[in-house]
Formats: sequence, C-alpha cells, structure tokens
Amino acid sequence: MTASLPGAGARPAPGFAPGSAAGTSPGRVQGPAPDSSPEGPPASGAASLPEGPGLSPCLLQVCGISKTMGGKLLLDNVSLTLGAGELKVLIGPSGGGKSTLLQCIHFLTPPDSGDVLLDGESAREMSRRNICLFRREIGMIFQDFNLFDHLTARDNVAVALRRVKGLAKKAAYERALSELDRVGLSSKALLYPSQLSGGQKQRVSIARALAMDPKVMLLDEPTSALDPELIGEVLKVIQDLHDGGMTMLMVTHQVGFARHITEEFLFMEGGRITERGSPEELLREGSGSRTADFCSKLSEIQGG
Amino acid sequence: MGRPGAGYGTVSGSGAGPLPDPELDPERTRAGRIPRRCFLSGPSPSARRLPASPLEPMDFWQYLEAVLYIVRGSGYTAGLILGAMSLGLAIGLPVASVQVYGPRWLARIFRVYVWFFRGIPIVVLLFLIYFGVYSAAENFAFERFGLRLDLSPFSASLLALGLASGAYQSQIFRGAILSLPRGQYTAAMSLGFQQRLALTRIVLPQAHRVAHPAWSNEYSILLKDSAVAYILGTLEIMARTKFMAAYTYKHIPFYILAGLLYFALTWLGVRGLRFLERKTRIPGLGHEF
Ligand SMILES: Nc1ncnc2c1ncn2[C@@H]1O[C@H](COP(=O)(O)OP(=O)(O)OP(=O)(O)O)[C@@H](O)[C@H]1O
Ligand SMILES: [Mg+2]
Repeated sequence: MTASLPGAGARPAPGFAPGSAAGTSPGRVQGPAPDSSPEGPPASGAASLPEGPGLSPCLLQVCGISKTMGGKLLLDNVSLTLGAGELKVLIGPSGGGKSTLLQCIHFLTPPDSGDVLLDGESAREMSRRNICLFRREIGMIFQDFNLFDHLTARDNVAVALRRVKGLAKKAAYERALSELDRVGLSSKALLYPSQLSGGQKQRVSIARALAMDPKVMLLDEPTSALDPELIGEVLKVIQDLHDGGMTMLMVTHQVGFARHITEEFLFMEGGRITERGSPEELLREGSGSRTADFCSKLSEIQGG
Repeated sequence: MGRPGAGYGTVSGSGAGPLPDPELDPERTRAGRIPRRCFLSGPSPSARRLPASPLEPMDFWQYLEAVLYIVRGSGYTAGLILGAMSLGLAIGLPVASVQVYGPRWLARIFRVYVWFFRGIPIVVLLFLIYFGVYSAAENFAFERFGLRLDLSPFSASLLALGLASGAYQSQIFRGAILSLPRGQYTAAMSLGFQQRLALTRIVLPQAHRVAHPAWSNEYSILLKDSAVAYILGTLEIMARTKFMAAYTYKHIPFYILAGLLYFALTWLGVRGLRFLERKTRIPGLGHEF
C-alpha cells in the first residue's frame, strides 16, 4: 500500500519545508509524503531528516491519506508526522476536512488510501483486534465531549479501563479517580455528564482518554463548544499535558494559545494541507500566507 | 395428518353429566397418549360441580368454580406474555444493533425478518407455526429418530407472539439507538472498545432507557394480542372464558371478568415497568417525571 504512494521516499519530509519558501508563498507544500519506504523502519526515516526544532524520533506518521465520502473528495493525499513530545496545530476554515482527518488517523473511518504508522506499526495491516489496540494508544478528544451520558464522571473514565484494559473494578476506580484528580475534578466524580459544566465535561473526557495511557492525543476543537470563561480551564490542562511531554495534534481556533504553544501550524483547506511552518514564519507581518490572513480574521472575531 | 382440532371440539361433547375437561379432552390429545400438561397448568377444574345443562340456574359455588377456572388462566396469559416479551427482547436488541451499526448483509437479512413478521397477522402466524412448523417437526422427529414429540399449543403461541414482538421491538430499539448521538459509539470505539462491547456497554444501556415508554406500550399491546392464542387451545384467559360462556350461556358476566383480568394484567405490568423506569433513571437521560 504505502509503496505505491506518489513520491514516497523522494520528497523532503513534511514539517521541515525549506525556509527559502517563506518569500512569496511561505511554507507552501503540495501534499508531500514522508519517507515511508516499506522496508525501512520509519524511525530511521525520521533520523535521516535535517535537524529541525525539537526534533525527536517520529512517533506518528500519516502517509498520503485520501478519503472520499458521499462522492466528495474530503481528504486529498494528506501527510504529516508527529515526533515524540511534539504538539502541532491544525487550523483552517470550516469544512476543510480537519475532523475527517483526525477520524481517519484514528481509523474510526478508515481512509480509502494511505496509511497511519504508530511507532512504525502500520494500522492498515492490523487485524480487527489489533486495530482496537491501535485506537487505544491514540486518545481522541471531541468538540462536543461525547461523554457517556449514562455513566458518572468516574465511570466514564473507568468503563474503558474495565472493558478494554480488563482491569478489576477496584483498580479501575482508583485509576479513574487519580485521572480525575489530575484534571482537577475529583470532587465531581459521582456526577453525571448532564450535571457538569462544559469545561468540566471536556476535562472529564481528557481524563478518560489519558486513563488509557495513550502515546498520542488528537484534539478536535476541544474548546469551541465552550464559553470564554470555561476555555481557560481546558487550555490549562492541555498546557500541562504538553509540558509533561505528551504528543498531540490539535485542531483549534484559539490562535493566541496555539501560537505560543506549538512549533508548527498546519493549514488545512479543501482536504489538503496547503501551508505548514512555524508560527513566527507563517504569522509574520506581511508574510501574505493564508494562515496569517485566517488567523487575523479569527483574532478580529475573538477580539484580539 | 394435521393436528387435532383446536379449541372448538371441547364444548360439543357435553350432553349431560360431567363437564368435558379441556385438559383431558380426547380430541385434543391423540389417542392412547397420556394427556400432557403445560408447565403452568394447575389442577384441572373440578368442573363436575357445574350444572348438567346450560338451562339450569347456577348457585354461588358454581359461579365461584367457574370464576376460579377463568382466573387460573391468568397464569397462562402471564407466562405467555413474559415469555414472548423476553423472546422479543432477545431478538429485538441484536436486530436493532445490527441494523444501525452492523454489517450491511446481516442488516439486510434482518430486514426481511422484520418485514415478514410485521406483515402478517398473529392468528395466521399461530396456525402456520402450530400446524405447519410443529407438525413438520414432530413428523421429522418421529420418522428420523423415533421420537414422539408432543409440542404444546402453549409453546407455539409463545413462539408466534415472541417472533412477532421481536420484529416490533427491533424497530423500537432501532429508533432509540438512532436517537442517541453517533458520537457515543464513536467515542467508545476511539477508546479501543470492541464493537460488541461498545454496543452492550455504551449504546444499549442508553437506548433501553430512551425506548422505555415505547417498550411498555409494546407490552400492553402484546398482552391483549395474546388473547388470540385461545384459537390453538392454549388454556389462557380467553380460551377458558369462551369455554365457560359457551357452556353456561352466561356470556356477559364471564366476558366482563375476562376484560377485568386483562385490564388488571395490563395495569400491573405497566405500573411495574414504570417503577423500573424510575429506578433506572439517570439524570439527563430519557424522561423526567
Ligand atoms: N459522511 C459524509 N459524507 C459526505 N460528506 C461529508 C461527510 N462527513 C463530512 N462531510 C463533509 O466533509 C467536509 C469536511 O468536514 P469536516 O468535519 O472534516 O470539516 P472541519 O474542517 O472539521 O470543519 P469544522 O471546522 O466546521 O469542524 C465538509 O464539507 C462536510 O460537509
Ligand atoms: Mg470539525
């Protein structure tokens, strides 16, 4: 599968676009595929890259994913990599395919072509059973929380520990309570989702994902359903995670937060990543990038 | 060939003397066989206390005897409805889950099942199962293994009602599952749940709460549908009432009694389900009170 990717192995790896491109069209790349030669372990591919900011062994590799749904091409040969401990921000207009991309990376909706490698293991070649293990290693945070409405906060965290990891009830509850404590919600453990505020719900959902000990977290607009006062508490949790070395791919429209926390912006439009680069590079005055344009509009709406 | 005439023959033999006991009626049990008893059957009515002819007036004790005979039928009706609802539940939940989240080919097969059992009347189903499937099964067992099966009309009624209810219940649960946000299922899968566990641990516990009102409705409908089981000679309320009314010519009081019994069973069941609904209620899910 991966061997047939257009340009596999020949192009420079994404995320390290030549700085010279920052002139007229900064960081503009056309659907590059990372080095994904089937024989070589991907880690070696990452090791051969030119050094970049915070370069570390590549943990998650997304290779040329395409997805068509309802006769529409929603993802067009999208590639990206995430090194251990990296946080990258995916940004772009509504309908650009950001959510679809995260779902494909997670194999919740398997992509039509392309592959996802976690720690060098190809998701496409996994059996049904192993794909569950694969999903377990990638935590997903949803825009509208998706807490299990029939379970208390504690059980929301514990249910997967018991049914997926096979922990005993007592151990699962202990772990659940410690995860809730980590996001500052130990006092709400026995409340149902409908009794929690939006910010609390999102923190529970983060605790639920963290309890599975994921290697990577995918966050799909974790704050966009929250009112401004609640956004801060969720962003703080994300900041803490980042400081703790969690690898994350985050879709967000919180430009201010994103630009100081991330090393790389990925701008997504029409199912492709059209621009990528560091915040300084893309958001510089007069850079003329789509990202800068989009972010300034966002800032206008958000009032700076 | 075929099964003994059901339900009708019982009254005809009654000239004078002892009342023909429907459970001992030779027409209903094939010659030479020990009459079988359904598992819920009590002692057969000591109907010998009844008047010899319909034209004789009945005294209090005779009325009491007749009433008790009919009331004992509620045991059969209750067993029938409990069995059929359970069978329907056991069919309905997996069918609904597959129709929403399962593989396309299996969903298609289940759709045919739903069409079939929602499309034909329960009476027709009763005859098809009792005279068609059951006869075939008995003949097959006898010719193949020398086994003398004697499948009861009670079990045929239970099967017919359960299969029909399964089709209706599957659509109740399908509606309930569809009414839940798809994100519930997606979130479970994203945590690494196997599909079966995502359904049994996350989706169905919520769906059953949403489906509760419609499900208790299904109970009350099926309970009254179960009255047609009399036609096979299942000794439930309706069969006994019909028998007693025809024997004594006192139709009105006995049919009023039957109506009251059905009403009481409906009321009890619906109250019980309502109690369960309240017990399993979760804040923010399903219906407030
Ligand atoms: N099942 C589907 N069938 C057809 N089209 C779909 C389907 N799901 C999503 N789409 C389309 O895919 C496009 C991308 O959707 P997606 O949710 O990925 O965008 P997004 O970038 O996450 O947008 P937002 O910022 O609003 O969340 C949209 O135009 C949407 O209409
Ligand atoms: Mg989205």
